[in-house]
Amino acid sequence: MSTLEKERELLKGLADNEKSAIEAIYRDNYVLIQHLVVNNNGSEDDARDVFQEALMVLYEKARSGTFELNCQIRTYLYSVCKRLWLKRLQQIRRFDSQVESLEATVPVEEDLEIHEKLDFQYVTMRTAMGRIGEPCKSLLEAFYVHHKNMIEIAAFFGYTNADNAKNQKYKCLMRLKKLFFAEYKNVN
Amino acid sequence: MDQIVLLEAVEKYLRGEMNPAESNAFDDMRKKSPEIDQFVVEHHYFLEQIEKYGEKKRFKANLYDIHHTLKENAEIKDLTPVNQGRIIQLWHRYRKVVAVAASIAGITALLTSVLTTVLSPKAPVSDVEELRKKVSNLESRTNDQGRVLSDVKKKIEPGSTVKFGGTSFLLDGHGYLVTSAHVVKDAARIYVQNNKGDDFHADILSTDISRDIAILRINDSDFHFQGTLPYGIKKTTADLSEPLYTLGYPKDEIVYNEGYLSAKTGLKGDTMAFQISISANPGNSGGPVLNRNGEVIGILNARQTAAEGVVFAVKSENILRVIDELKKSDSTVNIRIGGISGVKAMDRSRQVKKIEECIYMVKVILQ
Repeated sequence: MSTLEKERELLKGLADNEKSAIEAIYRDNYVLIQHLVVNNNGSEDDARDVFQEALMVLYEKARSGTFELNCQIRTYLYSVCKRLWLKRLQQIRRFDSQVESLEATVPVEEDLEIHEKLDFQYVTMRTAMGRIGEPCKSLLEAFYVHHKNMIEIAAFFGYTNADNAKNQKYKCLMRLKKLFFAEYKNVN
Repeated sequence: MDQIVLLEAVEKYLRGEMNPAESNAFDDMRKKSPEIDQFVVEHHYFLEQIEKYGEKKRFKANLYDIHHTLKENAEIKDLTPVNQGRIIQLWHRYRKVVAVAASIAGITALLTSVLTTVLSPKAPVSDVEELRKKVSNLESRTNDQGRVLSDVKKKIEPGSTVKFGGTSFLLDGHGYLVTSAHVVKDAARIYVQNNKGDDFHADILSTDISRDIAILRINDSDFHFQGTLPYGIKKTTADLSEPLYTLGYPKDEIVYNEGYLSAKTGLKGDTMAFQISISANPGNSGGPVLNRNGEVIGILNARQTAAEGVVFAVKSENILRVIDELKKSDSTVNIRIGGISGVKAMDRSRQVKKIEECIYMVKVILQ
């Protein structure tokens, strides 16, 4: 299998949230990014965060379906990470010169803009979820994120029947929607 | 309760779980009621968002999981940053430049020292070459001319080799000779040879290394000298540009050379010597420097290695001083120096013919 085919395969796996594919990408590229970040005023945690965010960008791009692989995954991830880390350094003002890098990079600015937008939506939802509190959060996540059915949910959360659970879910959902749209309008 | 039913219906509709009949009915309902339509649109967007949220959350969970696993399996290790401090960071960034700069500095320093060594004036010793002749080939040549030099073999014992050669000249008729001190340096035995090829055994009476003068005495029953010396030893030096000549043994035969006095001092202003422009070679050391009247004004002893025809000679007054000192320490020494030249009026070739009889080759045998 050629490198190109292999990478396509990996991207497909990534888009499907396949653990094996993600793990392969992770294993192949993490050390490179670790060097980039740790050797440029970053910590281990910074390296992990930056790398995972870059994987998120790649994931979004792979899922969008319009993704054309015109460079190696490695190069793409490196470019994204460099960009992200530069931005982070600028924010925390620890940055006074160029980030040192020897690897080739590709322009990723557009992808990052899209990512920022998506991330904003994610953060909005996460904030709203955080605000509704338990058990609403777990309940809604069980239904919408983990796609459990109402019977399972009722059993798990200790409701006497599915209808009760449904009732509870409805109340929670209304609150969440309210919070989400409030947040959404607030920023837009 | 209605709201819950409606929500369930909307979700079912949006997920496409309704059968065609239900779906059509729902579409009709949306068209009739703008409120429901609004709710559907809004909920569609919301579900989309929550779906994406879910996706991302699952993905993130996966990432954390993988990171944790890889770390546990030691496929990811903590990295110690290479550049912790500002200085270290600068060092890492510029170490190549520093290395290059250091190399250039090193090379420059080396070059400078080499150039300094090459171009700076040499120490006097290496600057001048004493004209004592290294006679590695002298003896073999002497042996080649075995018939002519029959006496040589007789007097110089077989097995001993002549190591150095120079020139000396008579001070008086009793066999006192003067030569350069460096010619007879480290000598075990000395033989002198006249221009006819006769060898005589000689002893060193005194050496004055600072003046570079040695007095020898022929200690040989075969030695006879009739008459007086043709030349005198002059007490004063010559003038600049005065024509001078010398006789010596740079080879097995006596060699005549002429030149002129080019400076009244020797190397680096040495007032005990003077400088002459003459052609001189190893073997000329110890030879007399004579003026046109046939008066000895110096003893030739060295030449400058760096320049052509720059030869140095010890002033003749030094000979007189050395003799005076010798007389004081050894009362048996009876040298009478003539100051007047007997060849004054003669032309050069006749002068030389007379003088050459008094010029002896010095053969030094080191033990």
